[in-house]
Amino acid sequence: MSLATTQSIAEIRARNKELIEEVLKVYPEKTAKRRAKHLNVHQAGKSDCGVKSNIKSIPGVMTIRGCAYAGSKGVVWGPIKDMVHISHGPVGCGQYSWGSRRNYYVGTTGIDSFVTLQFTSDFQEKDIVFGGDKKLVKILDEIQELFPLNNGITIQSECPIGLIGDDIEAVSRAKSKEYGGKTIVPVRCEGFRGVSQSLGHHIANDAVRDWIFGHLEGDGKPKFEPTPYDVAIIGDYNIGGDAWSSRILLEEMGLRVIAQWSGDGSLAELEATPKAKLNILHCYRSMNYISRHMEEKFGIPWCEYNFFGPSKIAESLRKIAGYFDDKIKEGAERVIEKYQPLVNAVIAKYRPRLEGKTVMLYVGGLRPRHVIGAYEDLGMEVIGTGYEFGHNDDYQRTAQHYVKDSTLIYDDVNGYEFERFVEKLQPDLVGSGIKEKYVFQKMGVPFRQMHSWDYSGPYHGYDGFAIFARDMDMAINSPIWKKTKAPWKEASRAKLQAAE
Amino acid sequence: MAQSAEHVIDHVELFRGPEYQQMLAKKKIFENPRDPAEVERIKEWTKTAEYREKNFAREALAVNPAKACQPLGAVFASVGFERTLPFVHGSQGCVAYYRSHLSRHFKEPSSCVSSSMTEDAAVFGGLNNMTDGLANSYNMYKPKMIAVSTTCMAEVIGDDLNAFIKTSKEKGSVPADFDVPFAHTPAFVGSHVTGYDNALKGILEHFWDGKAGTAPKLERKPNGAINIIGGFDGYTVGNLREIKRILELMGIQHTVLADNSEVFDTPTDGEFRMYDGGTTLEDAANAIHAKATISMQQWCTEKTLAFVAEHGQDVVSFNYPVGLSATDDFIVALSRLSGKEIPEQLARERGRLVDAIADSSTHVHGKKFAIYGDPDLCYGLAAFLLELGAEPTHVLSTNGNKAWQEKMQALLASSPFGQGCQAYPGRDLWHMRSLLFTEPVDFLIGNTYGKYLERDTGTPLIRIGFPIFDRHHHHRSPLWGYQGGLNVLVKILDKIFDEIDKNTNVLGKTDYSFDIIR
Ligand code: SF4
Ligand code: SF4
Repeated sequence: MSLATTQSIAEIRARNKELIEEVLKVYPEKTAKRRAKHLNVHQAGKSDCGVKSNIKSIPGVMTIRGCAYAGSKGVVWGPIKDMVHISHGPVGCGQYSWGSRRNYYVGTTGIDSFVTLQFTSDFQEKDIVFGGDKKLVKILDEIQELFPLNNGITIQSECPIGLIGDDIEAVSRAKSKEYGGKTIVPVRCEGFRGVSQSLGHHIANDAVRDWIFGHLEGDGKPKFEPTPYDVAIIGDYNIGGDAWSSRILLEEMGLRVIAQWSGDGSLAELEATPKAKLNILHCYRSMNYISRHMEEKFGIPWCEYNFFGPSKIAESLRKIAGYFDDKIKEGAERVIEKYQPLVNAVIAKYRPRLEGKTVMLYVGGLRPRHVIGAYEDLGMEVIGTGYEFGHNDDYQRTAQHYVKDSTLIYDDVNGYEFERFVEKLQPDLVGSGIKEKYVFQKMGVPFRQMHSWDYSGPYHGYDGFAIFARDMDMAINSPIWKKTKAPWKEASRAKLQAAE
Repeated sequence: MAQSAEHVIDHVELFRGPEYQQMLAKKKIFENPRDPAEVERIKEWTKTAEYREKNFAREALAVNPAKACQPLGAVFASVGFERTLPFVHGSQGCVAYYRSHLSRHFKEPSSCVSSSMTEDAAVFGGLNNMTDGLANSYNMYKPKMIAVSTTCMAEVIGDDLNAFIKTSKEKGSVPADFDVPFAHTPAFVGSHVTGYDNALKGILEHFWDGKAGTAPKLERKPNGAINIIGGFDGYTVGNLREIKRILELMGIQHTVLADNSEVFDTPTDGEFRMYDGGTTLEDAANAIHAKATISMQQWCTEKTLAFVAEHGQDVVSFNYPVGLSATDDFIVALSRLSGKEIPEQLARERGRLVDAIADSSTHVHGKKFAIYGDPDLCYGLAAFLLELGAEPTHVLSTNGNKAWQEKMQALLASSPFGQGCQAYPGRDLWHMRSLLFTEPVDFLIGNTYGKYLERDTGTPLIRIGFPIFDRHHHHRSPLWGYQGGLNVLVKILDKIFDEIDKNTNVLGKTDYSFDIIR
């Protein structure tokens, strides 16, 4: 199937350009013009991918994007385990996002941890008409009474809140005071703000800045003795345990992780982060804002890293170690060495089965570039990629460090475009979300969900790489893909071809 | 190191090893955790009657509700029509959620578009989004019909769908005679079952009452046909197919309205079918001439049935008929309305269900159950349990109302097995948790989220409901008809037997009861 290996770069480029032209034909003129800016063929040496991004989706095209609420409640805040997160507004948003993101945590759910509970104000018509602030007051009281061990509460605004003029900030302040300075965080992440999940990340980051960091008492002494090796993991949501299989490596190299943002995280960890010596940032897209803030305000440097696949892991461990002394640098080398036999064994087992296979990706704000190295470690090739809610700085990173010449790039792709692209390029694997999964499987194309790890994981770290390799192999080499055509239909097709 | 290439382990096993356990123990220091004794004390307190009382005194907060919002139901109903694209006017995030939700349950694609309204639309209204959106959808996805509903954003700012669609057509978004039925589906009223009702009524109204003033109203010329409406149903694939089989057996001319049994069960054969099956638009229009319309779920179709009745048809509604008597009532109603005889085949199928119940009912008899779910589903399951001699002790429906409660309570009162059983409208699964602790039952029936209750209270969960995310393919088998009753019975029995086995399998201690024959 691998077209890429049999064609020259120039041929691929021409084919991809043609494909884009063809796809644009379906649109009314105005839409075609707008969409043209989001589709491109990457040219080696360019500083970005040559597409516009972080722009409003076009109505009616079946964008795959979500909303700011999803970015705040679903991504940034939801995983903080010892706080109660209220989906504030009607019942839907909280219901559809209930427990589906696989942010693993350890705790006694419903007693001291609340991640997989769905708290909602379940707005009724009267709340819309008369405002919901009174209801919110009551809700906060009820949470305090029934869930007394919660360490804080966040209010995740759904669409109506910003439209009916509720003052959730005033309610939060008043109730916080009433409860002796309790952490209550209002978040203005109404779904209509911005153009995707992305603004929700930003708003959520700002809420941490204003309502957590802004309220640290005294000099905010952490309850533990600081060490020179204290770091915080930023932007790992512990999907299927990703942050754990990352943390273990950092600790093995001699660092001490004092906070996880936000998978399996806690309020105390958020509050202690200003004491870190280095913030290490995995999902740049969703948490660069707060990292920059901590750099400015507390002087904490931050560095991006990538824990997908052994090449990037080793590179990242060395990069992180570069911020510390020789002890840590040696630690990094020790860790790389320790896991090398595992890496070798995984590659020896899976690479022969995956070598030369092609992949098309479409994910959120990080993985469209971050997982490319892991595929390459297995001998696979990513021939198309795009972001649901990346910005230009994501496309720059993608162009400069990840994609190959002539890779097809599609920003904010929609159902129609994605289908056509896959149909034409016939990759051996598509990695995207639940809404795309069954579409491509029906077409006979193997698929892995790259948000939820298709209920597997972790994929981060060395332990995760083994699982990643296993899963890609299972998807691509499942015997079922050879049997999607009925034998009698295949026979007739063969006969037809023979007759031609 | 626990990981190896020969035997790759994932999250299920990986973190149990000593390295990870030590790591997690060390992490605790930074979490500023609560005193374990205090956690234990509160945990025990949540099991008490005192806690239950406080929990039931809640007036504002919902915790783990068992209901979704209106547009989900609208999307579900809309895809039941031939080549129909659901178009939800408002914020786009909601649509991403409906599609994910339906895909996670059915393990199928779910196609739906949004008008992607953002902050400027909140200020100026979403007319441009509607105009552009309809044009784009029409060109890209070549639908035969676009069914419009709304998210709560569009409802709060008060967008007028009728006027917007009219204007869009004037601007040439879609041809003037292209079908664009619509329904306002505010998320802050009712639930997904309300949305189903509104959307279906909107579509029938469109075809029957003159397409929003652009065509003459249809004049009803009664024929002998029967319309069937399934309602919002996680088992729509199996159920509607079973109903159609029964109707064909009886030789009844029929139209299933909003028939989404194909689109949620397409084959994997190399082709993605964005649209498949569905009630044809012609049949939707002609459905006005039918003799009668039967709704399988009363609370999914209150407005729709009233609308149909206004047009002169007989209307009959059921409450998710499961089991013997409910299926009898359904079959008899079919025969009465259509004038057709009930074929021997159905009598035999009935006999088989009776046979199965007679064989196994002693295992179900006297067992206590808690049920939660949509109002009709709860009713149907409770009725079947009573029929089996079981006690539906707690019946809880977050989207059930007062009328539902009264009807439920009347059902419970009608059977000796329903004494002491209670219906709970408007309550959520955190209430259910208190009920299960303070008044324990033997089994719980509900959707996937019931697994949290099973974990907390130890009540074994029988998965029947929507959504079912963590078990596969059950939606393909019917719960309706005599065959469906058999399926439900087997599901219940399997769980009962599994539990008996689980409780009698300690070697040399309890395994005298680990019987080979049950
Ligand atoms: S914003 Fe409203 S319509 Fe959208 S999912 Fe939430 S409750 Fe439903
Ligand atoms: S990794 Fe992707 S999906 Fe996850 S938070 Fe970042 S952008 Fe979102």
